[in-house]
Amino acid sequence: MSFKQPSILPGFGLTFGFTTAFLSAIVLLPLAALVAAGTSMHWSEFLHVVASPRALGSYRLSFGASLLAASINVVFGFIIAWTLVRYEFPGRKIIDALIDMPFALPTAVSGIALTTVFAQNGWIGRYLEPLGVKVAYTWLGVTLALTLISMPFAVRAVQPALLEVQRELEDAAETLGAGRFYVFRRIILPTVLPALLTGFTLAFARAVGEYGSVIFIAGNIPMKTEITPLLIVIHLEEFDYHGAAALGLVMLAISFVVLLAINLLQAWGRRRHVRAAR
Amino acid sequence: MARSLPGAPAADLNRPGQHTWMHSIVRWLFIGVSLTFLAAVLLAPLATVFAMALAKGVPAYLHTFADADTTAAIRLTLITALIVVPVNTIFGLAAAWAIAKFEFRGKSVLITLIDLPLAVSPVISGMVFVLLFGMHGWFGVWLQEHDLSIVFALPGIVLATMFVTFPYVARELIPLMQQLGNDEEEAAITLGAGGWMTFFRVTLPKVRWGLVYGMVLCNARAMGEFGAVSVVSGHIRGLTNTMPLQIEILYNEYNFVGAFAVASLLTLLACLTLIVKTLVERTGYRRR
Repeated sequence: MSFKQPSILPGFGLTFGFTTAFLSAIVLLPLAALVAAGTSMHWSEFLHVVASPRALGSYRLSFGASLLAASINVVFGFIIAWTLVRYEFPGRKIIDALIDMPFALPTAVSGIALTTVFAQNGWIGRYLEPLGVKVAYTWLGVTLALTLISMPFAVRAVQPALLEVQRELEDAAETLGAGRFYVFRRIILPTVLPALLTGFTLAFARAVGEYGSVIFIAGNIPMKTEITPLLIVIHLEEFDYHGAAALGLVMLAISFVVLLAINLLQAWGRRRHVRAAR
Repeated sequence: MARSLPGAPAADLNRPGQHTWMHSIVRWLFIGVSLTFLAAVLLAPLATVFAMALAKGVPAYLHTFADADTTAAIRLTLITALIVVPVNTIFGLAAAWAIAKFEFRGKSVLITLIDLPLAVSPVISGMVFVLLFGMHGWFGVWLQEHDLSIVFALPGIVLATMFVTFPYVARELIPLMQQLGNDEEEAAITLGAGGWMTFFRVTLPKVRWGLVYGMVLCNARAMGEFGAVSVVSGHIRGLTNTMPLQIEILYNEYNFVGAFAVASLLTLLACLTLIVKTLVERTGYRRR
């Protein structure tokens, strides 16, 4: 097979050439600079930065809070998607449009707004304070910010899958005596499981790298409420480019693994889908 | 961004066995949990933006925009978006044409590479340009010898924003153009139209709503980008602060009215983006 299949349409050379050239200049060359800066370090120096107690503390927070936020979003994402797909109620269309708000809203705005709402004297924070729950300037706040900004990914991943659940199967199961929970476990859950996992991964991937919304609500105390992206910024501000690049490489490697996982999950979902359609 | 889906509830109340007591409880439980969750994490923060911005009245709100540094930040944000959005639009159109109209080897690799900026932390997106053009970067010495500055100046902000918003137009157009197929373009070419004429008279009108939405989304992200720009900007007041960075400065100075006033503009922009999205979906353009 040749590189390109024949077509009567013109413009392949121009558009393909421009696309790859621009992609290389804006995305690939800069990322290559990061890889070069990170790998040009001596391995002991690299390890010293990447495995320092402060870095380990930041991974714990970044990955822990992101995992928690993605899990929260899978649960609430399913509930919200279910509500939007299955029920009619006043304001449904507005809610449906609002789901994408965290996506369109600048992260700095989400950050200062969430901090204000959940601060000790904020609209919600003042009711949590007597209960002894502190959200702003703790890891809870970090989790909350990550939950907000990654929420659309979970909802929008589950919504189309829920639409594809065959209502006839549910009806048939119920006529045959299945209870609601049994129907959910054996019919609905298997259909939406790949979508739930995809939503989880997308939400996690978005949350791990998040910076803008978190730094306002986190308090940014080293070892306690300092996320990895912030640690990178601190290294950069000290002109420690190598340290920043090393931490950046660790994050890039993790993003890459997550991306790979998404692709495998989607392939798995498609295979299941094809098998189910047969 | 994933798209909301059309025609959701299939007249649920007409289905047999849906009037039971249990069903109503489950139904209202789901709606209640959904609305409570969204109210706490989404609606309360949104309302706070405007409540805080107007906390000391309209004159104080408007006074924010009389500040020279704030207007400079707004101007810088507009300039950045004016450069980034057209460039990424041209890229998106070219990429979509190459990917949707032709079959070639390595296509899925190319699509993955275009999506790459979405998977990268914004901080890393900014850092890569510091590593390239910063003082100790690859081109740092050369740039200094020629008295050029990229990092801590407008070019760096533009590059970082371009990196972050790179995939948006392409991601909207590629699936749309793939779904619409090549038949009409092939007919136009067979009948003697040139390549550009086919593009402007056949393809562009077909994909215009997807293009509009991609551009609006790209614009929203360009104006709101914080992490990447924060790394390359250097935070020089009145010179290299964009609107999100100005929000951070005002907020850290406890000038809450000012911070939330600037934030309210970006919130309105986000609302506008969602309205355009809803309108575009209503025109019948949908991605499947």
